[in-house]
Amino acid sequence: MALVLNEEQLMLKESAAGFLAENATVTHLRALRDSNSERGFSDGVWNEMAQMGWAGIAIPEAFGGLGYGYTGLGLLLEQAGRNLSASPLQSTVLVAATLIGELGNPQQKEGLLPAIAAGQKLISLALQEASHHAPQHCALSATLDGDSYILNGTKLMVLDAVAAQTFIVIARISGTPGEEQGISAFLVDAGTAGLTVERRSLVDSRSAGALVCENVRVPAANLMGASGSAWAGLNRALDIANIGLASELLGVSIEVFERTIAYLQERKQFGRVIGSFQGLQHRAAELFAELELARSIVLKALHAIDDDDPALPLIASAAKAKLCEVAQRATNEAIQMHGGIGMTDEYEIGFFIKRARVIQHTFGDYNYHLDRFARFSGF
Amino acid sequence: MSELEQFRQETRVWLQENCPEVMRQQAKGFEDIFNGGRNPEITHPDQKLWCDRMAARGWTVPQWPKEYGGGGLNEEEVRVLAQEMAAIGARPALTSFGISMLGPALLHFGSEEQKLEHLPKIVRGEIRWCQGYSEPNSGSDLASLATKAEDKGDHYVINGQKIWTSYADKSDWIFCLVRTDSSGTKHEGISFVLFDMAQEGVTTRPIKLISGSSPFCETFFDNAIADKRNLVGEEGNGWTIAKYLLTHEREMISSFGTAPKQSVGQIALDNIGADPSGRLSNTVLRHTIAQYQLDSMAFGATMARVGDESKAGKGLGAASSIFKYYGTELNKRRNELNLAVCGESGLGWEGEAYHEGAISRAWLRSKGNSIEGGTSEVQLNIIAKRVLGLPDA
Ligand SMILES: Cc1cc2nc3c(=O)[nH]c(=O)nc-3n(C[C@H](O)[C@H](O)[C@H](O)COP(=O)(O)OP(=O)(O)OC[C@H]3O[C@@H](n4cnc5c(N)ncnc54)[C@H](O)[C@@H]3O)c2cc1C
Ligand SMILES: Cc1cc2nc3c(=O)[nH]c(=O)nc-3n(C[C@H](O)[C@H](O)[C@H](O)COP(=O)(O)OP(=O)(O)OC[C@H]3O[C@@H](n4cnc5c(N)ncnc54)[C@H](O)[C@@H]3O)c2cc1C
Repeated sequence: MALVLNEEQLMLKESAAGFLAENATVTHLRALRDSNSERGFSDGVWNEMAQMGWAGIAIPEAFGGLGYGYTGLGLLLEQAGRNLSASPLQSTVLVAATLIGELGNPQQKEGLLPAIAAGQKLISLALQEASHHAPQHCALSATLDGDSYILNGTKLMVLDAVAAQTFIVIARISGTPGEEQGISAFLVDAGTAGLTVERRSLVDSRSAGALVCENVRVPAANLMGASGSAWAGLNRALDIANIGLASELLGVSIEVFERTIAYLQERKQFGRVIGSFQGLQHRAAELFAELELARSIVLKALHAIDDDDPALPLIASAAKAKLCEVAQRATNEAIQMHGGIGMTDEYEIGFFIKRARVIQHTFGDYNYHLDRFARFSGF
Repeated sequence: MSELEQFRQETRVWLQENCPEVMRQQAKGFEDIFNGGRNPEITHPDQKLWCDRMAARGWTVPQWPKEYGGGGLNEEEVRVLAQEMAAIGARPALTSFGISMLGPALLHFGSEEQKLEHLPKIVRGEIRWCQGYSEPNSGSDLASLATKAEDKGDHYVINGQKIWTSYADKSDWIFCLVRTDSSGTKHEGISFVLFDMAQEGVTTRPIKLISGSSPFCETFFDNAIADKRNLVGEEGNGWTIAKYLLTHEREMISSFGTAPKQSVGQIALDNIGADPSGRLSNTVLRHTIAQYQLDSMAFGATMARVGDESKAGKGLGAASSIFKYYGTELNKRRNELNLAVCGESGLGWEGEAYHEGAISRAWLRSKGNSIEGGTSEVQLNIIAKRVLGLPDA
């Protein structure tokens, strides 16, 4: 596929930009934060997004989605990054729907994908257990008991944990932490006995949480895929998720960069605009170059999903690692080049750097993915 | 079968029959590349044979129009030819500044007479060209150049000095920036002229580089003569042409940044070894290599994206402004890593064991990539001002 957007995609991008800039901006995020919103996003705005088809943007038409592919979803996430729009676009649309598509049996897909596409169902993945992303170290246990499984263990970094109606809990059926074999995925309803959701307050003001499972009984029918064999599907879903997150980081990076350039053109010190100082000009130009590379690798990665590229794992880690690096640099430079004002809560740049670090961490940070990129590159 | 497919078949057969065996092996360094000229330097007679065969079809410069000796191929056919050549490992038949720099400028700004006169000789590799831009006091600030051209009716008399003129001692003609008027601003009064180097008023003195070779010269003009028929564009309009040509030069130089066949990671594994998990055993080096390979991949995707965008009629976007800067910096990083992963063998200077210092000499040569054709700092100035709209200091 040529590395350009087609007409349909360009229109989607424009309408998303317009809608989000109006309805889901940093101002809205700040209001959610300051009102201690439990769910962390506006249900009204989410309903409107769903009405435009965004909840099913990458879900095949056969399951009630729009079938725009991941390139389409990537464009939405990029715009969400530019505006810091809070919504379940990441947790449910990017991650959960993809994982259900990878691991779900026909009934599970029939039962869940159309409901997600209609914006009626919020589902979150419960994966991470320790300080860092290390999926094969899954230790939360699933023990077969008659025709159900008993889950015990704790999960962290569950996105939209409070709002989710269902969780996909990654659990170990056999083997020991560190092994890829023996890992399974379960659909667990939020109201199930023994399941507790603790809302956790992270730096980005979005709603995440911890999930504690104490003897949670799950019917065997809620197992996704063959017992103990979720690894491959989980990995592919994570590759896709990381590319989606890279798209969001791209939006964050472009936005802070453009705001910084605008500031360099207006702020005066020493009798002239600070953008005339070469010490800042060259750093801005270098950052511009990095952003161009970031745009390219994200588009390449989105196409790699839609084209079923066998090199997806390598490309996904490349995209995530590159975007972690670029977003970190762009947000750091943004604060620095704004001087004192960038340090204030009133100014919006701070919201971007906070959101960036959370996305960077989610499903593996720069260090994790650069290592993975090197391994897939053969060294 | 589509026309393009038929073209591919025919090309494949023709290349099989006409590309000499030796020309299917990689060139061994700069000296092994064929540049043509009146007295061409050759390392193997088949270089000339290969060039002549390709030139007879215009395929040394396949994209140029037939009337000027080129191949008259469209973009897709040019790509097919390149793919088929790559498939058998065929070297480019001819590499020259005439092809990569002067030609595009002449096609754009030259008169019909000038195109007919000069382009076919470039295609056939008969005339080798050099670039007379830089002067001792005019490097990055190229427009301050002082080499003077006096109007003598049907010709100019030229006096002054150029420096860093690559291959001036081996070239037949020069495309040269001269000052025809010094009354206006520095950008005005510059003219773009062509003249023969084989004349009394022109002398060259090679300069030895840190890499040990002497690819460029000081070039002195002492009443050198340029026929007015060889003034390209209008008198005083040379700066526009100079800049246009520079974009082509930068494109050529930035292509050094694209990934080579064997990855640095692979070379490192061969030399240093892996730990039980298969990772390169030196983890600090591994990190640096991974960063380089990641950036190299993202840069490749950027070149592809810009190519696709321009094919889709979106023009050459802002992204193309980063090519020269990023591509050359990447190439320097790769060479620096090459040296690190090769260790002792990368530091060799002479002798067969060291392939005559191929690694260290390439490393040293790469330092010039971010200087020639406009330095990295100048590229960053251009991005800051033209693309980002930041004001002058
Ligand atoms: C946490 C904190 C505590 C502070 N405490 C105090 C305090 O107690 N008392 C007090 O008086 N002040 C205090 N300050 C203010 C601080 O001294 C100023 O923020 C600082 O001097 C920068 O000025 P500015 O914010 O106006 O940024 P600007 O001067 O507008 O700078 C914006 C950007 O332009 C760059 N820049 C400016 N001029 C040039 C140049 N010539 N060349 C290259 N780049 C340039 C800067 O480096 C910066 O990146 C504090 C600031 C902070 C963040
Ligand atoms: C391998 C090689 C081949 C070459 N081949 C040719 C050739 O065939 N024909 C030809 O005409 N020339 C050729 N050149 C010359 C080349 O174009 C010049 O070297 C180049 O333009 C830089 O000029 P300079 O060497 O005078 O450096 P200077 O302009 O003196 O620069 C010195 C340093 O100052 C920096 N600097 C200068 N101005 C600024 C600014 N405004 N802002 C920030 N930093 C600045 C530069 O980036 C550089 O780091 C070649 C050079 C090399 C290395």
